[in-house]
Amino acid sequence: MRELFKDKEHLVRMAGLFGVGLLVFVVLRGVLIPADFGDLGHYRASALDDNSSVELRFAGRAACELCHDDVAAERAKSAHRSIACEACHGALAVHADNPEAVFPERPEATPLCVACHEANVTKPAWFPTVIPDEHSEGEACDECHMPHAPGFEEVGSDG
Amino acid sequence: MDTLLAMVEGFMYPNEVELQWSVLIVLYPYITGLVAGAFILASLERVFNVEAVKPTYRLALLTALAFLVVAPLPLQLHLGHPERSFQMYLTPKTDSAMAMFGFVYLWYLMAVLVLEIWLDYRRDIVLKARSSTGFVRGFYQVLALGSDNISPRSLEIDERLGRFITIVGIPSAFLLHGYVGFLFGSVKANPWWSTPLMPVVFLFSAIVSGIALVMLVYMVVSRLRGKPIDMRCLDTIARYLLYAFIIDFSLEMLDLIHRMYEADESFKSLDFMVKSRLFVSQILIQIIFGTLLPLGLLALTQVVRLTEMARKNIYAIAGVLTLIGIFAMRWNVVIGGQLFSKSFLGYTVYKMDFATREGMLPAIILMVAPFFILWGLIRILPPWGDDAPPSTVDTE
Repeated sequence: MRELFKDKEHLVRMAGLFGVGLLVFVVLRGVLIPADFGDLGHYRASALDDNSSVELRFAGRAACELCHDDVAAERAKSAHRSIACEACHGALAVHADNPEAVFPERPEATPLCVACHEANVTKPAWFPTVIPDEHSEGEACDECHMPHAPGFEEVGSDG
Repeated sequence: MDTLLAMVEGFMYPNEVELQWSVLIVLYPYITGLVAGAFILASLERVFNVEAVKPTYRLALLTALAFLVVAPLPLQLHLGHPERSFQMYLTPKTDSAMAMFGFVYLWYLMAVLVLEIWLDYRRDIVLKARSSTGFVRGFYQVLALGSDNISPRSLEIDERLGRFITIVGIPSAFLLHGYVGFLFGSVKANPWWSTPLMPVVFLFSAIVSGIALVMLVYMVVSRLRGKPIDMRCLDTIARYLLYAFIIDFSLEMLDLIHRMYEADESFKSLDFMVKSRLFVSQILIQIIFGTLLPLGLLALTQVVRLTEMARKNIYAIAGVLTLIGIFAMRWNVVIGGQLFSKSFLGYTVYKMDFATREGMLPAIILMVAPFFILWGLIRILPPWGDDAPPSTVDTE
């Protein structure tokens, strides 16, 4: 019997090595997996709290419209009505929190306009696009178009 | 991006213009395929008792190990944050095929390949420890797990266990590479990939590439060592390569004919792609030069009586063409699957960078690395048992 074990001893050692590996893995799992992992889904539940505690940078459209109701009314009928204010004006929670002290800069229109309206094969045919250099010869877009209410109908088919 | 847009033809959705899966994702199935194929060649000798391929048995196992170690690296480079990959084991997401691959990989690496190599080499390791001194002795003693027992009875137990592991290893190797095919075959949004034949096609192409690789490695290594090539062995490997290749080619043609006959809504778009943007890599490199030509050459050696020299040359050419052809197949699957728009209305191009994280340079390094690892493995565990009589294996 002892002889038989002797000839299998190296296998027992290898099995032991695998066992140690498995044990290390189980211990690591216990140590490294956050306690609340899986409580709400395949993620760490407290990650939600972590994210919600991050300071807000965007105020949100509703906050803008509290004061700027004239712009809101103008935009409501325009083709740009679904675009969020801060998509062009930038994150402005600081301004919304303290409207008397923090004043945002007026954004430069052209780079914002061409981000969507520059001609590109992947854009659908109904969407107004232009080749900026040919279209305006360097003139800023907001010289002719009003970003809050671009009014394609009035300006004509060349957008 | 602008240069890419200029090369787009027709309509692409914005997120399709730039390819997300680069040449590294081509390498990943290619390298895993070489592993699975090399292992299956090794198992021919062990399980199916094909005595003729014995000279390549250990070489094939070491080749499989060298490539398996490198196999996850393209994925690590592609995804970034390698330190996070361990999470896949800590918190496994059981309903994700991609996430569970880590376990398939680990199983194959540890439970199959490392264990089988260890059992097969144990006698050599112990003899090496006995015959050397100092650091080398310590190193081999650690490899032998401190055991010095190589009694006939213990070796017989090793042999039986090794055989059992190889038997388990064959379905594991099938799983390893079938799995890679499954990952592509189950992407239902992509008609170029989505076919239940994908795992089977991947598997047989893997066997083909692995056999071709071991055949070439054996020829090169024999030459470097100045030893004669065992022609019975080489002829047998080449014959198995031919058989596997015929099955692989039949499956790929079955897939193709099925697609042509079915001609679903994606067919026109894919057909145009194969005839235009994929013409060189698919029709010329993969099918004509990478499949039909090596198939013809290998078949020639079966029907015409050729000299030893001629056969060696043919095998070398056929082996290299096969490896190029299977690489092209992986390329055409991975890259081809991203060149057409899911609207079936347009095509983009793949621009490969050079010295970037997912460029050509890391791809070349990853492709060369397994050969250096193999060289190292061969130094530590010489696969040739023909050098010395059993009791004095210490000569090197």
